[in-house]
Amino acid sequence: MMQRRDFLRLLGVGGGAVFASGLAGRALAEVGSNKKAGAYDDFYFVQLSDTHWGYKGPANPDAANTLKNAVAAVNALKTQPDFIVFTGDLTHTTDDAQERRRRLAEFRDIVSGLKVKNVRFMPGEHDASLDNGAAYRELFGETHYAFDHKGVHFIVLDNVSDPGARIGDAQLEWMKADLSRQKKNAPIVVLTHRPLFDLAPQWDWATRDGAKAIEILMPYANVTVFYGHIHQEHHHRTEHIAHHSAKSLVFPLPAPGSQEKRAPLPWDPAAPNKGLGFREVEAEVEELRYRITELPVSAG
Amino acid sequence: MKTLWWTVLGVGLSGICLGAALGVGKDAANEQVIQVTAQRFTFTPNEIVVKKGRPVVLEFSSLDFVHGFNIPSLKLRADLPPGQITRVRFTPDRVGEHPFVCDNFCGEGHEDMHGRIVVKE
Repeated sequence: MMQRRDFLRLLGVGGGAVFASGLAGRALAEVGSNKKAGAYDDFYFVQLSDTHWGYKGPANPDAANTLKNAVAAVNALKTQPDFIVFTGDLTHTTDDAQERRRRLAEFRDIVSGLKVKNVRFMPGEHDASLDNGAAYRELFGETHYAFDHKGVHFIVLDNVSDPGARIGDAQLEWMKADLSRQKKNAPIVVLTHRPLFDLAPQWDWATRDGAKAIEILMPYANVTVFYGHIHQEHHHRTEHIAHHSAKSLVFPLPAPGSQEKRAPLPWDPAAPNKGLGFREVEAEVEELRYRITELPVSAG
Repeated sequence: MKTLWWTVLGVGLSGICLGAALGVGKDAANEQVIQVTAQRFTFTPNEIVVKKGRPVVLEFSSLDFVHGFNIPSLKLRADLPPGQITRVRFTPDRVGEHPFVCDNFCGEGHEDMHGRIVVKE
């Protein structure tokens, strides 16, 4: 198991050589503060998102190299993560079904260069919405699934194979049944592409039936959601459920709802990776703590 | 051409008059009827100016895809299947601007497919 001091050292070096901003927004998976909640160990995983392989445009003239640079940056981490997750928009959309498959296959070939072989994928709307996930499933398998890692239960939700951004009742029922096997205080992480809450529906930054998913998750005390789609770091809570979006690996987008158009931020040739990055997520077992509050002798 | 009538009602929303949405016939003469074309990746027109207090009927024709029409600030949305007219009715009761967006992912220019409704006195 990785030692805490090693992890801190990692923070000081990490992927900063390529993506200096990539480590600034490291999010801690809030998996609870009581070991009794579940027998889990410290570990960390890496989240990469919105690589948009196949994109060609002024928002990133270097797009043909950015994904490869990200793979190199992850491989350069001194302590390798337990696993790596890509939260959708692996490829940039195309109307051409053959080209879609070619881009997905190229993406798969590039990320096969990651040292860590435990890699989890899910589609974004660019990968899956135009064919309801058909090409994605051919190359990567199911678009929603669950897995466990060191006592943490992970649920991958597909909110993109429906072009209307619905998870759908069948998948919601599946999630409900999956969760029914978990204790109410179990550490649960949801990985998905779009925000489950209405972050900026006027920019289509939402999941149409995301509220139903949140309602199903609500009885569980330790739930954290990691997602992509919005090409920037963002942190939000729906009651006790934390939602953390990740930066993109192609181009950054403006702050939610900050302007009329959700156009990419202009590319800066002096800082070509500005606003891009990836994230380390550490699941940390917190030790028992005592909070001490000193009180004066009240008068009278 | 097959015609489908849509009346989209928001629940608990401001800016929409439920009575006007249901009483189509009563205010028909007073309606502002606006034809809107949805085609990848634009709404035409994409700026729709309407008068406060007068019922509005947006008549959508989609040419190439089941686009979505969503005005989050008015809690109004509809799917826009090609080959039919989709009508969205509302009565604006407040001056202001309401952005709308295609919320069915329709391709590479999907992010550009948006517009706004401007409500004037």
